[in-house]
Amino acid sequence: MSLDAQPPPAGPQVGADEWVARQAHRREYLPSWLGTAQRWFERIGWWPRLAIAGLAGVALPLIGLGGFQLQVGIDALVIALLAVGLNIVVGWAGLLDLGYVAFFGAGAYGFALLSSSQLGIHLPTYLSVPIVIIGAAILGLLVGWPSRRLIGDYLAIVTLFFGEAFVEFTNNVAPSVLGGPNGIVGIDPISIFGYQITTNTGYYYLLVILVVLTMAVLRLLDNSRTGRAWRAVRDDPLAAASMTIPVNRVKLMAFMFGAMVAALAGTIFAAQQISVFPTDFDTPILILIYAGLILGGAGSIAGAATGALVLMVIYDGLLRSPTDSGFLFYGLILLTLVVRLRPWRRLAVVLAATVALGFATHAIAGAISARAVAGGPASAGWLGAALRDWVIVPANAQGAGDWGYVLLICLLVALVQVSRRWRTILLPPTICLASFVWETKLVTEPAITRQLMIGAILIVMMNARPQGLLGTRRVETPI
Amino acid sequence: MAFFFQELVNGITTGALYALVALGFTMVYGVLQLLNFAHGDLYMVGAYIGFFVIQWFGGPSHLTIAVPLLLVIMFVLAGGLVGGLGVAIERFAYRPLRNAPRIAPLITAIGVSFFLENSALLLFGAQPRIYNTPEFISFSGGIQIGSVSIDAVQILVLVLGLVLMAGLQLLVNRTKLGKQMRAVAADREAAEMLGINVNFTIAATFFIGSALAGIAGVMGGLLFNQVTATIGFIAGLKAFTAAVVGGIGSIPGAMLGGLLLGVAESFITGYISSTYTNLFVFALLIAVMLVRPTGLLGRAQLQKV
Repeated sequence: MSLDAQPPPAGPQVGADEWVARQAHRREYLPSWLGTAQRWFERIGWWPRLAIAGLAGVALPLIGLGGFQLQVGIDALVIALLAVGLNIVVGWAGLLDLGYVAFFGAGAYGFALLSSSQLGIHLPTYLSVPIVIIGAAILGLLVGWPSRRLIGDYLAIVTLFFGEAFVEFTNNVAPSVLGGPNGIVGIDPISIFGYQITTNTGYYYLLVILVVLTMAVLRLLDNSRTGRAWRAVRDDPLAAASMTIPVNRVKLMAFMFGAMVAALAGTIFAAQQISVFPTDFDTPILILIYAGLILGGAGSIAGAATGALVLMVIYDGLLRSPTDSGFLFYGLILLTLVVRLRPWRRLAVVLAATVALGFATHAIAGAISARAVAGGPASAGWLGAALRDWVIVPANAQGAGDWGYVLLICLLVALVQVSRRWRTILLPPTICLASFVWETKLVTEPAITRQLMIGAILIVMMNARPQGLLGTRRVETPI
Repeated sequence: MAFFFQELVNGITTGALYALVALGFTMVYGVLQLLNFAHGDLYMVGAYIGFFVIQWFGGPSHLTIAVPLLLVIMFVLAGGLVGGLGVAIERFAYRPLRNAPRIAPLITAIGVSFFLENSALLLFGAQPRIYNTPEFISFSGGIQIGSVSIDAVQILVLVLGLVLMAGLQLLVNRTKLGKQMRAVAADREAAEMLGINVNFTIAATFFIGSALAGIAGVMGGLLFNQVTATIGFIAGLKAFTAAVVGGIGSIPGAMLGGLLLGVAESFITGYISSTYTNLFVFALLIAVMLVRPTGLLGRAQLQKV
């Protein structure tokens, strides 16, 4: 299911058996009514879908999104904007840009310098934002130009170190101008048509409009000559070059466009936060953007935006309250089981065994020592009540949780390697252990759990579904 | 002049450390053409293993066994466990992607690195764990040449580092396994056709490279006296730089690059300022990449069609 999906080719394909092609096309869709909904969704077309998504974004504050949720929405939209920009470089041009977050930082710092008391410059928004974006494009050119000959890995290295150098630079160089670790504070708000945006609601609407606009522009770009050239260069640079595509110039353009989008996101970020610090643009943010892009599917605009939004809502919103994250955790396990386990008998057996095993181990542990089950699940409400007699939470859980975590990782690695029969047998204990580790360890350290989730998304998605949740599989020849 | 030589000695010591980490990095790149971003985190795991071995034997001030024996246990355990971890990572995360587009294993490697770092944060906490090396290896146990003093830990790191590097050279150039590794690095498909067990060879490469990183981790713990969950990232960057400066994929290059980097860093810290050390390292790497992307000892890769 892709929001960018092309209509299936009518008639037999050259070089592919017709039946095989039709089967492959059928498998793109989910079974039963889900597939019907999916076909219907695809029939709407890309532009109406973007409009619907934009309207939904605008409607959310009107139906009661506010306070903390609004801040989550703003963060999510900033990351979505960044992911859409990163998609140009990584998804379309196939360049692994690990210094992308530095362009975000450059945009934010550029805006901060041009509109704060740090240097005493207070340029109006309609001057400062274009200046910053053009500056970022030039910076992208400067980074990309010398590395233009560099293929994949080398570019990744140069950009990674460029990103690190940016953090070191802002941290250490010229503290009187860049503020060192204390950053720059007191940044002017953005003003459009004489109207100063000072509230979170205002920035939320601004970001919704900017994300939709950027996506629209990129959609046009995607279908243009340049967009096709990017994909050609990504899939086979040599073939593209022999088709007279100027490979280096095309790569540089992707680099510049990515940098410009990142800088745009940086200006809004700086104005909304009122302050910028070097740590705002460190590697974890880069990995967060990558995770959003990979989750949604690199190569698709809508995929990048949706992936980033979903990821950020989970990351910033849900994983803060124990009950919400409990729903998320157990819901995800259940969903994965339902989707992955076929036929349904196998699913029923695994579920029944899991429930039985949980209650049995809980009873045994309780019989041996009351202290072993003295703690309760962190979730409140009916979920907590349902789990109370199922998951073991000892009174002093930290040490046991550590060992459980190590054992869980070993079990998960084993689970991927073994045969199907063993997988069915191993699944119930793994799920029980996972919930044990969740309740004793992960739920108490939400900040680390969020980061672990990001790492896990990158590993699992790349191995299991490299096209992302919303992307379509593309045929690539390994080089 | 004494200051110069002192800084030189310090630089060579840290350089030997960087070289060890860079070796594993460059070996993996050699056989798989994969930038293993998780390599620095293996160094961190090694350092933690060393710390827990010290704790297991009564802590730095009340050791229950002789110090040489303790060191042997630390190095062997760190090397073995981290080597095993490296093999597990390869098997789990990289092998399924061996024929995927180049960008996929790179992103996976970033994910593995992030996952390892945060796992360590989860299990061991954010506070630094202190080795307290001076409690059991006396600083006065070293040698004094003029006004330049080389303490015992530095001698240990230097000697062990050189021995390991020499051993690796022998392994790669004189043994059957080394020949297989070189064959896989040169052309994986052709090596497979000639009956070389490619999966085994790659796993062995990962084991050796990761074990070296683990041992370097213990050395780093002894030398810098502490370990935190986040040291892996910066160690990885340094190893990266060393490998690239020497020529990525080249084993003597990694050694040379590591030593050069260590010495350069030490001089900058000594003569200019420690604030700019990292910035200098990054600038050095970018400069090398732009001027001579193949590094000092690397050979230009021909583009195969």
